[in-house]
Amino acid sequence: MTEPLLRVEGLRVEFNLARGVLRAVDGASFEVQPGEALGIVGESGSGKTMALRALVGLLPPAASVTAGTVEIDGVDVTVASEVRRRELRGRTVSMIFQEPMTALNPVMRVGRQIAEMPLVRLGLSRREARDRALELMRLVGIPDPKRRSLAYPHELSGGMRQRVMIAIALSADPKLILCDEPTTALDVTIQDQILKLLGTLQRDLGVSLVFVSHDLAVIAQTCTRVAVMYAGQVVETGTVDAVFREPRHPYTLGLLRSVPDFDSVRGRLSSIPGSPPDLALPPAGCRFHPRCPFVQDDCVGAPIPLIELAGERATRCLYHERCAEDARREPVVARG
Amino acid sequence: MAVAAEAVVEAQFVEHRRGFRRRWYRTPSFVAGVSILGLIVLGALAAPLITQHNPTDQDLLHTLAGPSRSHWLCTDDLGRDVWSRLVYGARTDLRVAFLAVVFPFTIGTVLGLVSGYYGGWIDTTTNWLVNVVVAFPFFVLIIALVFVLGPGTRSIYIAITLVGWVSYTRIIRGEVLVAKRREYVLAARAAGLSDRRILSRHLLPNVVTQAIVFACSDVVLDILAIVTLGYLGLGVQPPTPDWGRMAADGQTFLTTHWELSTIPGIAIIITALGLSLLADGLADLLRPE
Repeated sequence: MTEPLLRVEGLRVEFNLARGVLRAVDGASFEVQPGEALGIVGESGSGKTMALRALVGLLPPAASVTAGTVEIDGVDVTVASEVRRRELRGRTVSMIFQEPMTALNPVMRVGRQIAEMPLVRLGLSRREARDRALELMRLVGIPDPKRRSLAYPHELSGGMRQRVMIAIALSADPKLILCDEPTTALDVTIQDQILKLLGTLQRDLGVSLVFVSHDLAVIAQTCTRVAVMYAGQVVETGTVDAVFREPRHPYTLGLLRSVPDFDSVRGRLSSIPGSPPDLALPPAGCRFHPRCPFVQDDCVGAPIPLIELAGERATRCLYHERCAEDARREPVVARG
Repeated sequence: MAVAAEAVVEAQFVEHRRGFRRRWYRTPSFVAGVSILGLIVLGALAAPLITQHNPTDQDLLHTLAGPSRSHWLCTDDLGRDVWSRLVYGARTDLRVAFLAVVFPFTIGTVLGLVSGYYGGWIDTTTNWLVNVVVAFPFFVLIIALVFVLGPGTRSIYIAITLVGWVSYTRIIRGEVLVAKRREYVLAARAAGLSDRRILSRHLLPNVVTQAIVFACSDVVLDILAIVTLGYLGLGVQPPTPDWGRMAADGQTFLTTHWELSTIPGIAIIITALGLSLLADGLADLLRPE
């Protein structure tokens, strides 16, 4: 196996708050191979966005990485100097944000925003950078790039803005693109176009993607491997096919069960009982145990390690067999 | 129906597209402000063309003369033409006032950007300095500084800069504190751009509007300061004509020739009105989408 492009080991991100230390990410580990797409799924507050921001060293002021390593292209970001990290950003890793309206500078023409990285980071001349911007706009499917490049972000539709974001993310030829819910703010048809575009770009340009989303269908459509996060921990990893067909963690199972199934409308959408734990005071033992249908006595005691399974899978559930059985008995549905 | 709807959408697009250029004439305060100020500036620039007398020429045979064909706004106690002095005074006062805004605007904006963006000790120190300056009333501080530095325009520039930067720093710092939490700043950092570039290319254009609007009303304040200093004999030195000096000189004759003090006073009011209207209009026009 080749050297992974991104290797995250035991990453821990903590917030120092007045009421105590909040562990937003607690021992997350995952890898991304060159050209691979990894999905990170989890509900709001499960630590997925913070994990993503920790990868490029862009945590909010109150948060910091307190343990673990993040290796990007052989460089440990957690100990690298700020200069070294800035060198990586944009060139090796770039980011696509959730809300393209706020992630674009409102008073700068989009053409100039796309040309900025080639101009500043790649050292292209003004004319070369402008040509590169137009070429990128064509690549991400923006019609009439010459005219659109003169537009301000508010003059473009949501889908066009997200295409501009993608063009910016691609502008310095990165090896890895971190996508933070890039389609959440878009309606479903546009969402599909953007996902297809990202898929094409990944295939054609050979870039790796880390795709954070709460939408299982989006992950299923774009990614080959998936990491499921719950309360700051990665609770299950594996290929999208295996994990979505036969989940081996009750949280994954619960997520998959709450995807609406239009073939057999059952009146009420099933959901996971209870609510996510307070990350300043997580439950002892398995963090999911207060909401788990299969909970046993030994789930409550010591923290559960990530258990390696056959087929390059891992789970944080002691009774993953019951999960798999349940999924076999009543197959789960994942669209896409 | 659909065609009509499309036309509306297209119209809105164009509307946005040329936002400033299309909307400025529909903002009455902006139009009024620009017209008033434009007339005054034009008059000041064309001073030699619209006056018949040198503003410093004395005519001791015709002192305190009433309005006449040759001196339509009377003459003062030294026989100087009031109209000429008014027009040339506009040259002095406007130039000094606009220049006096440039330095505090620049310094205050840079300090506000840096302290808002970096926070920490830079912010603490800047805030401390701001509070020290703000603790004194504006005019008291200006007058004291000019008194220490000695009368003259150079002292006016220095004094107004030393006192005036705080307002810009406060405005810009506040705007930066809000703007730096926006995602586009995070995106710029994620792109590996340098702090200097983020500050100058991404934050500055987004926050500078408020400072520009404030600068318009600051010019009014500066004109008043210059005029006050002139009135106290600390400002622009004679024989250079200046509205403050004119008001002060006319004071002696207030009971017999009230117009000598009133005319420069009215000029000050009209200028201030023009600038205030302009600031008002700019605030409307430059408001972010």
